[in-house]
Amino acid sequence: MNQLVYLVPLFPLLGFLINGLGRKSLSKSMIGTIGSGAILASFVVSLMLFFQVKNGAVATVNYFNFINVQNLTIPFAFQVDQLSSLFLLIITGVGFLIHLYSTAYMHEEEPQHFGRYFAYLNLFVFSMLLLVMGANYVIMFIGWEGVGLCSYLLIGFWFKNDNYNYAAKKAFIMNRIGDLGFLLAIFWIIAKLGTVNYADVFTNDSIQKLSSTDITAITILLFVGAMGKSAQIPLYTWLPDAMAGPTPVSALIHAATMVTAGIYMIARSNLLYSASEVAQNLVAIIGLATALFSATIALKQNDIKKVLAYSTVSQLGYMFLGLGVGAYTGAVFHVMTHAFFKALLFLGAGSVIHAMHHEQDIRKMGGLKKHLPITHITFLLGCIAISGIPPFSGFFSKDEILAAAFAHNPIYWGLGVAGAAMTAFYMFRLYATTFLGTFRGTQDQEHHLHESPSAMTIPLIVLAVLSVIGGFVGVPEVLGGHHALHEFLSPVLVTEQHHEIAHQTEYMLMGISVAIAAIAIIFAINKFSKKPDLQDAQGLGKTLENKWYIDELYDAVIVNPLNNLAGFFKNVVEKSGIDGIVNGVGRLVSYSSRQIRLIQSGQVGGYILFMVMAIVVIVLIWVNDGFIYKLFTK
Amino acid sequence: MSATQILFWILSVVALFSAIMVLLSKNPVHSVLWLIAVFFSISGHYILLNAQFLAIVNMIVYAGAIMVLFLFVVMLMNLNKETEPQKNLWLKLAGVVSGGCLLMILVSLIRQASEVTNKQVLLKDGNIGLIKNLGKALFSDYVVPFEISSVLFLSAMIGAVVIGKKN
Amino acid sequence: MPIQYYIVLSLALFCIGIVGVLTRRNAIIIFMCIELMLNAVNLLLVAFSKMHHNTVLAADKATQAGIEGQLFVFFIMVVAAAEVSVGLAIIVMMFRNTHSVDVNFLNRLKN
Repeated sequence: MNQLVYLVPLFPLLGFLINGLGRKSLSKSMIGTIGSGAILASFVVSLMLFFQVKNGAVATVNYFNFINVQNLTIPFAFQVDQLSSLFLLIITGVGFLIHLYSTAYMHEEEPQHFGRYFAYLNLFVFSMLLLVMGANYVIMFIGWEGVGLCSYLLIGFWFKNDNYNYAAKKAFIMNRIGDLGFLLAIFWIIAKLGTVNYADVFTNDSIQKLSSTDITAITILLFVGAMGKSAQIPLYTWLPDAMAGPTPVSALIHAATMVTAGIYMIARSNLLYSASEVAQNLVAIIGLATALFSATIALKQNDIKKVLAYSTVSQLGYMFLGLGVGAYTGAVFHVMTHAFFKALLFLGAGSVIHAMHHEQDIRKMGGLKKHLPITHITFLLGCIAISGIPPFSGFFSKDEILAAAFAHNPIYWGLGVAGAAMTAFYMFRLYATTFLGTFRGTQDQEHHLHESPSAMTIPLIVLAVLSVIGGFVGVPEVLGGHHALHEFLSPVLVTEQHHEIAHQTEYMLMGISVAIAAIAIIFAINKFSKKPDLQDAQGLGKTLENKWYIDELYDAVIVNPLNNLAGFFKNVVEKSGIDGIVNGVGRLVSYSSRQIRLIQSGQVGGYILFMVMAIVVIVLIWVNDGFIYKLFTK
Repeated sequence: MSATQILFWILSVVALFSAIMVLLSKNPVHSVLWLIAVFFSISGHYILLNAQFLAIVNMIVYAGAIMVLFLFVVMLMNLNKETEPQKNLWLKLAGVVSGGCLLMILVSLIRQASEVTNKQVLLKDGNIGLIKNLGKALFSDYVVPFEISSVLFLSAMIGAVVIGKKN
Repeated sequence: MPIQYYIVLSLALFCIGIVGVLTRRNAIIIFMCIELMLNAVNLLLVAFSKMHHNTVLAADKATQAGIEGQLFVFFIMVVAAAEVSVGLAIIVMMFRNTHSVDVNFLNRLKN
């Protein structure tokens, strides 16, 4: 097993190097094969690792000392255990499907940009693998920064468009804020424990060494990092803008994998979080607030990708709710199912956009059902899955989180169900507006409507199947299953204490949430399949359509004052202050040298006069017994 | 005060006065004539120091040849009071002040110097300034520099001719 | 005769020469002032030669000490004569070109 571990990140790294260096000489099919093949190879190795882990073989492999100073040793080590092997499967599996999809989706790009795209994507997978495989926080941080970089590069992939570059910068800067929190948390851990290895930090001894203030501070700082990466309030606004990138990128990075890094980190640190009630409550409240808040925004968005983006933010909020109420398994479970159905939905959206020639406004779609049969079916399955209709995967994971929330605090549950109803509503609004009714685009677009090539539909089908059956790894006991995922993850995640609620209650909760979701779905289909709302919204709807004006608020409160400050420094301090000093020195030298230059008249008489004066001075100095010499020695 | 001392003071005063008059004369011809007076008084000093050869040479070469050459050039150029260029007053003042400072400092320096206190200069006695002794030294120990000086003269002559030639 | 008298006399003549160089613009007068300075030095050399001779004479009646000083003066005169011939040739040249003996015209050093 130990020999295999390094292969997992090695293949994407090789793919990155080959595609990145050879992007101008390799053909498109070569690039696509290398890019996808690297991830496939990685997936195969991950699968082998997974089965070994399933048999109980957990390993930490040390390669070399990454940092070695006095008392602090940070090894470059990989840890393959239940949690990371599960994430490996998700990343490489979904990653491979999305790579495959990309070979068709990005086919119109020029070869070198095509190569660049796959190089970035492979680098992303490499970084993400580093993130989940690292055996300590520093390696995780390397991966953490790596995925942030790749996210930036891929959001700004079409760098000729200024808006896209702006979105990329926004994502990067917002992530930096979170990264700072993460970095401070690492420093705090190093200062208190002198180690960052998971194996050393997550022990009862270490927990006892930390005061409750330490733990709360560390966990909250870690959560700040997670806020940035996983787009939680208040750092969520970058994720919807990140949809500027190619759609497969949105599927892979901004839905299935990177944004779940925060969940992974907190799940990994579950021992610390369990020791701090404050941090847990904060996580739960932020998660719930994000889930509800972004769900309301998603209700009124008209861009197909924006709806999915806010849906992603909302689902991430659910995961944090799960983490906050101690349902770590539920959160990880939801990460998995969400990766399936959200990747599916994004890829389906990509297929629609592909067919519509890069039209993303759902008001100009409609009736795509008969033109894109495979996309339609798979998209529908994805919508059902995310809405939480049994026996689709979303139901099981969401229900687990909601049940834990109920056990923690019934109000959390109530709000969670409200969010779930909104989820069902906006997903089926999206579905109905896009696929049902009549086509509202131009004649030309309708003429060119076509089902996507098989390289795009095969991933859709695979993901659709996974979305449907993916939930069965975690069938709760109350429904007669035994929670396989829970058992699998139990060595690395602390058991949820509050998860003991009566079976009757749980049946009731499930029934209520399913019923509400079903009502929302029926309502949405009825409302939007015949006459979608094409008009610009008014009142509250307009506020929602404009995302509660949060971006404008941030601009007014943070961005503009900073810009003004920078402008002040640039125009006033720099121009008149710094430049004034610099130019003043220059002008002084220039002026004084112009004056001194007059001495060099070229007339011998003047020179002789100075010579005589100098002789007088020198003799004076000499007579006074070398007082200048004394001046410098005493 | 012996006769030699009286002669020394007279010659000194004449030399200094003539030297100052060299500077003060507006007419270059007068300057040349005053300078000749300076040279004659210096030759007088040489005689007083019993350096007869140098006194004669000084008179022949400086007062005779060189100053005649100067006079010749001045007259050739027809320089007179009207054509004399004048420096502005401040520059003149600066020159006088710095020259005066130099003199003052050097004199004060000499007054302090222990090397020259209580040293006397022989006036009549001592025969090293006589032509016979100088000639012996010049044509025995210093014959090579003497011959080289003849080459110097030759080159100076050629140089003067080349420079003075019209194009 | 104390040597200081001669030194002060020579210094006075020398400084008068310097003041002349500094205050006059006529190239020929400047040149003459240089000759004046040379002569001041000559006078001092002869005086020192006799002073040196005086100190040695007390011990050795037949000494020739100090004769080098007078020979040096002789050579200075030789060089001065050569210098004057060349210098005056240059001044004549200058006059021929600028029709003036004003040294302020000779300011090519500036460039």
